[in-house]
Amino acid sequence: MLHRLLPHPLLTVTLALTWLLLVNSLTPGQALIGLILGWAIPVFTRRFWPERVRIARPWWLVFFLIKVLWDILVANVAVAVLIVGGQRFARPAFVAVPLELRTELAIGILANTISLTPGTVSAWLSPDRKLLMVHGLRVNDPDALVQEIKTRYERPLVDIFEPPC
Amino acid sequence: MLSIALIIAFTLVCAALILSLWRLLVGPDHPDRILALDTLYVNTIALLVLLGILLGSALYFEAALLIAMMGFVGTVALCKYLLRGDIIE
Amino acid sequence: MLEIAISVLIIIGAAFTFIGSLGLARLGDFYTRLHGPTKATTLGVGALLIASVIHFSTTGQGVSLHEVLVTIFLFITAPVSAHLLAKTALHLRVGSLAPTPPRAEAAAAAKAQRDD
Repeated sequence: MLHRLLPHPLLTVTLALTWLLLVNSLTPGQALIGLILGWAIPVFTRRFWPERVRIARPWWLVFFLIKVLWDILVANVAVAVLIVGGQRFARPAFVAVPLELRTELAIGILANTISLTPGTVSAWLSPDRKLLMVHGLRVNDPDALVQEIKTRYERPLVDIFEPPC
Repeated sequence: MLSIALIIAFTLVCAALILSLWRLLVGPDHPDRILALDTLYVNTIALLVLLGILLGSALYFEAALLIAMMGFVGTVALCKYLLRGDIIE
Repeated sequence: MLEIAISVLIIIGAAFTFIGSLGLARLGDFYTRLHGPTKATTLGVGALLIASVIHFSTTGQGVSLHEVLVTIFLFITAPVSAHLLAKTALHLRVGSLAPTPPRAEAAAAAKAQRDD
C-alpha cells in the first residue's frame, strides 16, 4: 500500500528540494507545493522508473561525493596543465575496465565520476554491462589506471549500493 | 576590484567562445562539431552568469537554466541521430 | 574581503572556461579534445556560479541559492553528453591518436545498437 502511494521516496525528496531551489524561497506554501509535486510526479510517471533505488549506506555516499569533488578539483588542475603544455605531454589510450557493479544507477554514477575525474572519459559501455571503455588523456600504465579506478571509485560504490549480505 | 575581475573574465569567456566557434567551423568530423556546440552553450551560460553579476539582476539565471537544459537535450538528440539515424525510438 | 573572494572565484572560473575551450581548439584528435570541455569548462562555470551565489546572497535580499541548481545540472549532464559523444565517435570510427578498441567490440556495439 505504502509502496503504491509513495513509490520512490528519494525521488520525492529530491523533487521537493529542486522545486524550492527553483523558486528560490523557503516559505511553507512553496514547501507544500514542492512536496505535492514530489509526490505526484513519481506516481504519474511510475512506468519510467522500473527499479526502486536502494542506498544501503547513505553516509558513505556523502563521503564518496566529498572525495569525488576533491578529485575533480585536483584533476582539473592536472588537465589544465596538460592542455596548456600541449600535445607533447598527452599520451592518450583506451583502457577496458571490467565491472563488478550490477545496478544501473551505480554504473551510471561510476561512469559520470570517471568522466569528471583524472584525465579520463568513459567512452563506451558494453551491452551486457560488464565492460566499460575508458579513454585516458595521459596513460603511462594502463593496468595501473584500471586498478586505480577499481579501488578508488568502484569499491566504494559497491559498498554503498550492493553491500555483500 | 570586482569590476576589473569582471572585465578580465568577460575577455576570457569571449575568447573561449571564439575558440569554440573556430572548432565548430573547422570540424573536421560531426562529433567535433557537436562537441563545439556543447561547449558554446556552456560558455554562453558562463557569459550570462557574468552579465547577471555585472547588472545585478537575478533574471539571467532563468535564461541560463533554460540554455543548460535545451543545450543538453540538443546534444543528446544530435548524438542519437548520428548513432541510429533516428531520434524518436 | 568578500569582494576579493568573489573576484578570485570569477577569475578562476573564467580561466578554466577559457582553458576548456583552448583544449577544444588545440588538441590533436577528437577523444583528447573531449577532455577539455567536459572537465575544465564544467568546473569553470561551477566556480562562476558559486561566485554568483556569494554575490547575490550578500548584496541582494536574503540567501539566493538557485544558481546551485544550474551547477548541479551541469555536473550531472556534462559527463553524460561526453559519454554519448565518445560513443558516437566510436560508432562512426572517428580518427584517433590512440589505438581504438578492437573491431570486434566495435562490431558488437553496432550490433547492440541495431538490436535495441
